[in-house]
Amino acid sequence: MRRVKYRYRNLDEPALKNINLSIEAGDFVAIIGSNGSGKSTLAKLLNVLLLPTEGEITVDNLNVNNEDHTWEIRQKVGMVFQNPDNQLVATMVEDDVAFGLENLGIPGSEIRTRVDRALKMVDMDGFQRSAPHKLSGGQKQRVAIAGVIAMEPDCIVLDEPTAMLDPQGRKEVMDTISFLNREKNITIIYITHFMEEASKADEVYVMHRGNIVKKGIPAKVFTDIEDLRKINLSVPVAVKLAENLREKGLSVPEVLTVDGLVDCLC
Amino acid sequence: MLISLKNITHIYQQDKPVVALDNINLDIKKKEFIGLVGHTGSGKSTLVQLLNGLIKPTRGQVEIENVDITTGEVNLKKIRQKIGLVFQYPEHQLFEETVYEDVAFGPRNLNLAPEEIRKRVKDSLGLVEMDFSKFKDRSPFNLSGGQQRRVAIAGVLAMNPQVLILDEPSAGLDPRGRDQLINLLYHLHHELEMTIILISHRMEEIARLATRVIVMDHGKLVLNGTPAEVFAQREKLQQLALDLPQITEILYRLKKKGFNVRTDIFSISGAAREILNEIRRKNPC
Repeated sequence: MRRVKYRYRNLDEPALKNINLSIEAGDFVAIIGSNGSGKSTLAKLLNVLLLPTEGEITVDNLNVNNEDHTWEIRQKVGMVFQNPDNQLVATMVEDDVAFGLENLGIPGSEIRTRVDRALKMVDMDGFQRSAPHKLSGGQKQRVAIAGVIAMEPDCIVLDEPTAMLDPQGRKEVMDTISFLNREKNITIIYITHFMEEASKADEVYVMHRGNIVKKGIPAKVFTDIEDLRKINLSVPVAVKLAENLREKGLSVPEVLTVDGLVDCLC
Repeated sequence: MLISLKNITHIYQQDKPVVALDNINLDIKKKEFIGLVGHTGSGKSTLVQLLNGLIKPTRGQVEIENVDITTGEVNLKKIRQKIGLVFQYPEHQLFEETVYEDVAFGPRNLNLAPEEIRKRVKDSLGLVEMDFSKFKDRSPFNLSGGQQRRVAIAGVLAMNPQVLILDEPSAGLDPRGRDQLINLLYHLHHELEMTIILISHRMEEIARLATRVIVMDHGKLVLNGTPAEVFAQREKLQQLALDLPQITEILYRLKKKGFNVRTDIFSISGAAREILNEIRRKNPC
């Protein structure tokens, strides 16, 4: 993205003001920011659900403004949203996963292979003939991810996929994402309000009022606690506790996770 | 007793019957703050819908101030005014043209005097930290998600309920929005002495706010006690695929590694003090 600006028609202030970023194949990027900071708008620009008001966006060297590229870009960049119930349309899991493929006119035998493979990747093999509405939140969200994987994208953008899930569901989705990134080399762009989830990414982008105000490895981004607080964000609990111990005079190295903190205290 | 559930069983009849609640007995007193936890499908939402008469149990009694509301004679409108329910994603139910009208919708249905309605709208917007003069004429649909959520909650508060039930009110809110919500619930409970039932997957919220934690699984109450008592049941919670508050998790792990620390502390500064004292005990210098 180069100098990207996006303004919604009925609003004065642009949702995105001047975004410059480049994400490489295979990266796992987390995007954090308060409500209204522009995260979801940015996500929608990445697979041409919105077009930039100004600036240039290329996906794999394809310019989003060229209409001939729209479908190719959408195939490369899959999207998963917050509410799994709004994304599942069919009465059977396998039909749901096959939905996008059928629209592409892919032959039946190939669809079968891809659907089964995608369900295996999200650890939902065996649920082919289940009804989506009977699944748990985490299972539904993994079926939604399978529907995206079946399209064989290079990149998946997830917009708060765990916001509605219980702890178990959150863990299932996070494990699936890590697996797809590490083992299948799929690029992940992960929007979240859970700082603990963001700390698992390779790189964290912090958005505030339509700009990227900070980026870096989690260990770096989450050490600027005051900066994050100023823009209504927070840091993982382990980071907060480490900071509190330091204030009380204990020398504690910079840590991100519960495991990290426990290890360095012992 | 404010709320009393007696031998409640609830069965949803679909293609095959699903037991959503299985012989529940539960009393809730005035001014309690109940944290209701359990994984998706454990029966939490069904339970709270019984409390204001949205659904009737298959078997058993729901008593509100010793009156059984499952019989035909009870005025459910009165019950719903007494027991306010904030659904998941309540902002999806905003529909009026202005913030004022949306918050005023409930009080208007109570046939209150116009000045009383205005007072209630103003007070409840104040409670959720939305400036009355700045927001009253705005369209709710041009607000941020966090602001919309607060307007929706204000709409329930404007009914002056005695009991406030909230189903995952912080889902999707940013950290500041979550903190504001926690402060609001703390205020409603401590200053306005409301009885509150909070459904949440965020154990941090539950540990900081609740006076009693109830854990549900497969339609049954499986744990019921103070936050300290419930979060002491680490293995049981793990079996139920539930988290401990992270601060508790850290204290537990340290204890396992030989630290002599309490595990029933839920504030960051309290936990830091506890850890520091132990480290100083171990290495006095």
